[in-house]
Amino acid sequence: MSTKLSSTLNLQHGLTDGTPLPISAIREGFGKGMLEAGKHDPRVVGLSADLTESTQMHLFAKEFPDRFVQVGVAEQNLATVASGLAAAGKIPFASSFAAFSPGRNWEQIRTTICYNNQPVKMVGSHSGLSAGPDGATHQILEDVALMRVLPNMVVVVPADAEQTRTATLALAQDPRPAYLRLVREKTPVFTTPETPFEIGKAQVISEGSDVTIVVAGPFIVEALKAAAQLGNLASLEIINMHTISPFDHTTLIASAQKTGRVITIEDHQIIGGLAGAVCESLAEHCPTPVMRLGLKNTFGESGQVPELWKKHNLSAEGIVAAVQAFLKRTA
Amino acid sequence: MTNQELALYANTIRHDIIKALGKAGSGHPGGSLGMADIFTALYFSEAHVDPKNPNDPNRDRIVLSNGHICPVLYATLARAGYFPLEEMQTLRVLGSKMQGHPHRGALPGLETTSGPLGSGLSQAAGMALGLRMDKSAARVFCLTSDGEHQEGNHWEAVMLASKYKLDRLIQIMDRNYIQIDGTTEDVMPLDPVADKYRAFGWNVIEIDGHNFTQILEAIRSASAHTGTPTLINARTIPGKGVSYMEGKFTWHGKTPNAEDTQKALADLDAVRDAIENGTYVY
Repeated sequence: MSTKLSSTLNLQHGLTDGTPLPISAIREGFGKGMLEAGKHDPRVVGLSADLTESTQMHLFAKEFPDRFVQVGVAEQNLATVASGLAAAGKIPFASSFAAFSPGRNWEQIRTTICYNNQPVKMVGSHSGLSAGPDGATHQILEDVALMRVLPNMVVVVPADAEQTRTATLALAQDPRPAYLRLVREKTPVFTTPETPFEIGKAQVISEGSDVTIVVAGPFIVEALKAAAQLGNLASLEIINMHTISPFDHTTLIASAQKTGRVITIEDHQIIGGLAGAVCESLAEHCPTPVMRLGLKNTFGESGQVPELWKKHNLSAEGIVAAVQAFLKRTA
Repeated sequence: MTNQELALYANTIRHDIIKALGKAGSGHPGGSLGMADIFTALYFSEAHVDPKNPNDPNRDRIVLSNGHICPVLYATLARAGYFPLEEMQTLRVLGSKMQGHPHRGALPGLETTSGPLGSGLSQAAGMALGLRMDKSAARVFCLTSDGEHQEGNHWEAVMLASKYKLDRLIQIMDRNYIQIDGTTEDVMPLDPVADKYRAFGWNVIEIDGHNFTQILEAIRSASAHTGTPTLINARTIPGKGVSYMEGKFTWHGKTPNAEDTQKALADLDAVRDAIENGTYVY
């Protein structure tokens, strides 16, 4: 591997010595984090819109039935009842599938949570293509854009299950409204309980000099595989942009100044989400050529998640091809 | 406080509303004037709120869902002592605390940000749930419009409040039968609304929203009721107190010009005389 792994992030050993990484779903990390947050702070309450186990909220609901509210299939109510609970001094986590929340209840989130500035944490599971066989209706590829545009809103897209657990605990202690984006599919866990997590502080997973790979979501390990496959052909700097808003301009710009090429990777439309944030930042502060991997103005479709991710180049092969094309284009 | 005193307070608040809207040049007089008696009853008689301690955790919450009638809320809060009355002159002006629709944090005494319809009852329900978790006896009053019953979000909250038996939640609906495009029954019929609420498991009290005896009794009865949330279905006259506005949907969201403002104030002066000499029914 030509990339140099971070020595300060306390990542899984398997990343460097080739042992298999543990596998877990990002939503499972949320379930654990939610339960822990509930134990730490009695103000933490949970809400669900008929998808309690799917979003892994059931662990909290079982432990704290008196602090759990089942609103039924009613996402507008999910957001607004959560706002009311926050007004009464609670720290609500409100979970559903991301296609419906924030897919359906955007105005309620805007007015009663963001403008109202209540510390409600909206939790959207089965985001992007990770809704897999359910098809395009359930594969929301626009949610980060919808949430990122809102003032006051923190937007977190964790990279693996362990980071999701840590992020959930951090959000429970943060006074701002937030959106936490979850994934249904099991993916490799490369962080550890010792890996630091700070809202708004991107993580440079590996240092490199030719191309910056900015990742939002569970594609860090794919990017590392791509780096290994590229070997001496290209040195990749891989950044885990787990927080989309507030955006870490400093880390991105420092890397772009070094490499002069940026590739974004996200299970989302290539407009409005991570790529949008990266392009806005670079255009204003450090004009740099960018390639965007994600959905290109199209809806998803039914299929197994890994094959859907592959189809849209959210894979080591896709990243390798993008890097090669990028190097050729900018040679 | 006697009913006559309450009626005089409400009349003063109606004066404040007309003056502020006349100056602002935009806003919603119909519902604001129509709800002045109920706001007066809440803030000057029934609700446990303290303008000197607006964030008291034990206070009753008063949530205005249909935020466009905020002139009546602002005027009532000012007269109750939450902030100086002079602030009313800045309604809808750049830099004002008096936003066109109420914004929590901009003024003391505002429980929520509101304006987009149909979301107030669910926030009030959330507050009632949270207060119950903390074993608080505080009541949550939610003031809603009849027009906003066309929003799905509202009925989601009606179901939830019934499911969780939120008997500290008291909704007072401004049943004035008007909205922007016409009468509610032409735009989207709501009656028989009391039957609908009863079918959803709510306690329903129907009153004349300008009769202080009925308003106070309804609030006390709802407060004593246990096991279900209560709807106070308050029949009101939009534009109440201003002859040329009363009952007319065209005054839902239109403000009086200088001449109309003087005429409105003269009408309200005449009402005040009638209250004082005992010929006004309240």
